[in-house]
Amino acid sequence: MNLDFIVEKMELKCKCCWENLRREVSGGYVGDLLSDVIANSNSGDIWVTRQVHQNIVAVATLKEHAGIIIIQGAQPDKDTIEKAAKEGMPIMVSSLPAFEVVGKIYHLMHYT
Amino acid sequence: MKSESEFVGNVSIVGHGFEYAGRVSNEIKKILLEQGIPEGIVRRVAVVIFEVEVNIISYAETGFIRYQVLPDSIIIEAKDKGQGIADIELAQQEGYSTADDKIREMGFGAGMGLANIKKFSDVFEINSEVGKGTYVKSIINIDKKRS
Ligand SMILES: Nc1ncnc2c1ncn2[C@@H]1O[C@H](COP(=O)(O)OP(=O)(O)O)[C@@H](O)[C@H]1O
Ligand SMILES: [Mg+2]
Repeated sequence: MNLDFIVEKMELKCKCCWENLRREVSGGYVGDLLSDVIANSNSGDIWVTRQVHQNIVAVATLKEHAGIIIIQGAQPDKDTIEKAAKEGMPIMVSSLPAFEVVGKIYHLMHYT
Repeated sequence: MKSESEFVGNVSIVGHGFEYAGRVSNEIKKILLEQGIPEGIVRRVAVVIFEVEVNIISYAETGFIRYQVLPDSIIIEAKDKGQGIADIELAQQEGYSTADDKIREMGFGAGMGLANIKKFSDVFEINSEVGKGTYVKSIINIDKKRS
């Protein structure tokens, strides 16, 4: 499933890297502890988090995530967007909490 | 195993620069992929370097990371000047952390770093002296059949 399909269906606000929304999403991971995400997420994952600082871009780039979704309407720092733009890592924002975001994406990926 | 290195690299890191966390691991990852090291191996190296890099930034004044690509393995060494670790056994327990609120707010300080390094390494070694610094060594075997 492509990232842009998820963005459209979930009405996510894309903060940067629209040019990379054609990326394939192969799975997902949820977490705010960077060591947990580094150890347990996979490449191609969509990463759902409440963290907003620029280190999330380094983590997502290192793990080759498809993109980052920030939950609860939280806004990424300015530095975060700048760094993401440089790395080509799409950052999206949802107003929903993690449980809802993940449930919806899981449904889209496995039942549509 | 041949004794000479196929490739050696050194990167120095200054403590407390959280905005740079992940820079060294991402850089080395790119270099190793360019060198044709199998992806699965590079991913493990990347996790190890990320965690040592974050520990130097979090707890040390200065440090450096050296990586050596041998025909059958990659050796990663991190050496820093800093506070050191009083209880090495305790520090390695998953969940144990002395990270302050500032570090935790950014999502670091879960106490999983050393455990992750151990998990992603074939050989893991750590030495530390309080008030002097810490040394971490990780060896990751390049198993051409497995990766
Ligand atoms: N390079 C280091 N210098 C000093 N102390 C360290 C170093 N690396 C780890 N430690 C100590 O070991 C603890 C556990 O480290 P780690 O497993 O990486 O978890 P975390 O960094 O999340 O606390 C740290 O909280 C810190 O007290
Ligand atoms: Mg750590």
